[in-house]
Amino acid sequence: MSEDNAGGAIKKFLYVNRRAPYGTIYALESLEVVLIGAAFEQDVSLAFLGDGVYQLARGQDTKAVEVKNFSPTFRALEDYDVTKLYVEREALEARGLTEEDLVVPVQVMEAARIAEIMESQDVVLTF
Amino acid sequence: MKLGILVNEGPYTHEASDTAYQFVKAALAKGHEIFRVFFYHDGVNNATRLTVPPQDDRNIVKRWSELAAQHKLDLVVCIAAAQRRGLMDASEAKRNGKDADNIAPGFRISGLGQLIETGIQADRLVVFGD
Repeated sequence: MSEDNAGGAIKKFLYVNRRAPYGTIYALESLEVVLIGAAFEQDVSLAFLGDGVYQLARGQDTKAVEVKNFSPTFRALEDYDVTKLYVEREALEARGLTEEDLVVPVQVMEAARIAEIMESQDVVLTF
Repeated sequence: MKLGILVNEGPYTHEASDTAYQFVKAALAKGHEIFRVFFYHDGVNNATRLTVPPQDDRNIVKRWSELAAQHKLDLVVCIAAAQRRGLMDASEAKRNGKDADNIAPGFRISGLGQLIETGIQADRLVVFGD
């Protein structure tokens, strides 16, 4: 596997997280793509929409359901130079959450603004 | 156009693999290039050669294998997703001390880097799933 960008130009990758962290494996396996992808030195950002905002919620306790709580991994993203995390304002509000309830610093913005960001991407991976 | 394909759902339960297959076939017929088809999440189950669907139904796995042979497609199964779900080739089976392997012809197991590379190299990455 080559980590060189043979194509030359850096592409804009957006990972769109729409699902709750548990219940299905999409959120966890999405994060695995982000971590591997970080080695490729592309322009990476993450968007959290709908139930996806729960992935970033503080105080997750998964002991009773016997699955790994992977929310601390989001704190490691900074070490991989992944710092553009966009969170849908409407989704937070609908779920009674605020920015202070999240495990990492994020940019909270309207869904319409996130749509504009999506528009400007080269690769959109939706999970 | 150079296209990359991502299949995120397993066969039969979900139509994603069928739609991806039809899309790839149509794209090839129009003269487009398929850089790679990457199978992730339950999509890795599209690669088990032990699939035995009823005789009057389509054989999704065999269909992918045949299309790969015909057009030299690169069908890649994510190794981490595959290991979770019991998909392995002979060398992975040996490495993990398992007594069987089940990867269908035309598929190969590799890492997620192959998906990122597809995003970088292809003009468009088309995702099939929910």
